Amino acid sequence: MGKKTIGIRFAGFGGQGIIRSGIIVGRAVSIYDNKFATMNQSFGPEARGGACSSELVISDSKVLYPYVTVSDVLVVMSQEGYDKFEPELSEEGMLLIDEDLVKPKPPRGKIKIFSIPATKLAEELGNRIVANVVMLGFFTSLTKVVSVEAMRKAIPESVPSRFVELNLKAFDCGYEYSRKQKC
Amino acid sequence: MKANPKDVFSGTYYIDGDVACAYGAAAAGCKFLAGYPITPSTEAAEAFAKLAPQIGAMFIQMEDELGSIVAVLGASWAGKKSMTITSGPGFSLMMEGIGFGAALETPFVIINIQRGGPSTGVPTRTGQADMMQARWGSHGDYEIIALSPDSPQESFEFTIKAFNLAERYRVPVMLMSDECVGHMTEKVVIPSASEIEVEPRRFYHGPKDQYLPFKPERDLVPPMVKAGEGYRLHLTGLVHDENGYPLLDCDIDEVTQKSTTRRLVDKIRANADKIIEIKEDSLDDAEVVVVSYGITSRVALKGIEQAREYGIKVGSLRLVTVWPFPEKRITELAHKIKGFVVPEINYGQIVFEVERCSHGKANVVLVPHGGAGVHNPDDIFEAIKQVAKNKEKYEGVVEYRTSLERLIFG
Repeated sequence: MGKKTIGIRFAGFGGQGIIRSGIIVGRAVSIYDNKFATMNQSFGPEARGGACSSELVISDSKVLYPYVTVSDVLVVMSQEGYDKFEPELSEEGMLLIDEDLVKPKPPRGKIKIFSIPATKLAEELGNRIVANVVMLGFFTSLTKVVSVEAMRKAIPESVPSRFVELNLKAFDCGYEYSRKQKC
Repeated sequence: MKANPKDVFSGTYYIDGDVACAYGAAAAGCKFLAGYPITPSTEAAEAFAKLAPQIGAMFIQMEDELGSIVAVLGASWAGKKSMTITSGPGFSLMMEGIGFGAALETPFVIINIQRGGPSTGVPTRTGQADMMQARWGSHGDYEIIALSPDSPQESFEFTIKAFNLAERYRVPVMLMSDECVGHMTEKVVIPSASEIEVEPRRFYHGPKDQYLPFKPERDLVPPMVKAGEGYRLHLTGLVHDENGYPLLDCDIDEVTQKSTTRRLVDKIRANADKIIEIKEDSLDDAEVVVVSYGITSRVALKGIEQAREYGIKVGSLRLVTVWPFPEKRITELAHKIKGFVVPEINYGQIVFEVERCSHGKANVVLVPHGGAGVHNPDDIFEAIKQVAKNKEKYEGVVEYRTSLERLIFG
């Protein structure tokens, strides 16, 4: 993606690690890739069960406008999140979905859709709680807005220490899936 | 003096503005936080509560904001750097205590993570509509200092600055942040303790029996002692003399007035040049100057960029300290430029200060926002364009009708 400022939105329901996803990518980009990344998240009841989202603005210089108005990448892990945020996606954007949880409409414009059974793959790894990180592996490989090295440094700092290994495995699983379409 | 290494959690973090305030307070040497949880400021108090055991500080959740602010005054008089953290509704409840603190010349910091709207308003969305309340919210004459950060990094830095100013001038200092900055997560670099300058408490060192708690030094600020260490201390919200004793009806004359209320005002006004901090950009040949603060100064930069690409000579004056207000600088600029553009997330507060200091020499345009979001930078660009093109001189503040306003009101 050659644009100067990139808007990314993660959407799903509360408990899927949607906000954590924004934090992991933001941390990787701003601390380890030395770019600028501003993260905002939804608050209130929706962050605890309903449609929940986090948004990330990535830029080579200081982010001036902190919110995403048109997203270049939309990562969704629930149908409600898709319904709510699909209209915000750029006509040239990328849509990443958990294929078991989201049934998309035919894409508008030049939108490209990429599907992964993230939750199912996470369950196969032993814990569905890492579905978001499987998605992040997939995201890293496809969008290239963040380096793999940066992500592998940011993940251990962003999850409880006993889950570091599982999360890194989940990340690799999602990353490889985009290349081989399986783990 | 330098910060205590035990209080400084040096490192590179990815945290929000609220949490950054807690790290800033710790680094500044804050040892007491009393507060009552309120969105969108709770994360700051929670983060400080987590740091407290590591830095020998205390966090107490009081019964409400009335109790919180007075507990902060007590802790400050016991010799600890103290603060409270709140948002609009809590800020309103604290006003009486803030005035009490100003009258007692108590150093402490109030962090206000502003939300949108009046009353309960919009707890999870932003606003900048408490700016006048920060200055005039409590009754009677007094002056305070207020700062406004635009990012988590500045939330950390300005919290330290707020403590330093509070101790330096024995005055309540307000960190006027907002929900957008408070809840925005970005990289924050906390330097080593040796790179952080902190202002120690101005303690009195003379003979015990000669201490007068409100006898000022040359800069109009009196030194303090710790309550409970054997000094005779009498503190009252009544107008008091150098001993701290209330002035009776018959005592009030020009001399006592000069040394009491007048000094509360003068110690800030006379030192304003030392306190005021502004960030200027491209003002030399500017025809239009955007005056802004906090998150709005950041969003405004985008509108300013657009205007420059369009060929307009536009400069930016950012208020780091909103109070005291940089009156002289605004007046100076008003004589040289066509007009000011003042975007703020309210329906007109600081813009009237800009107008007052312009003395009719430059047009003043308000770009309002009702809160619960930040400006569309296009609106700021359009307002700049309007001011640059305009040949007429207007009286008073002209309100720019933003795209949102046009959408709602036609």
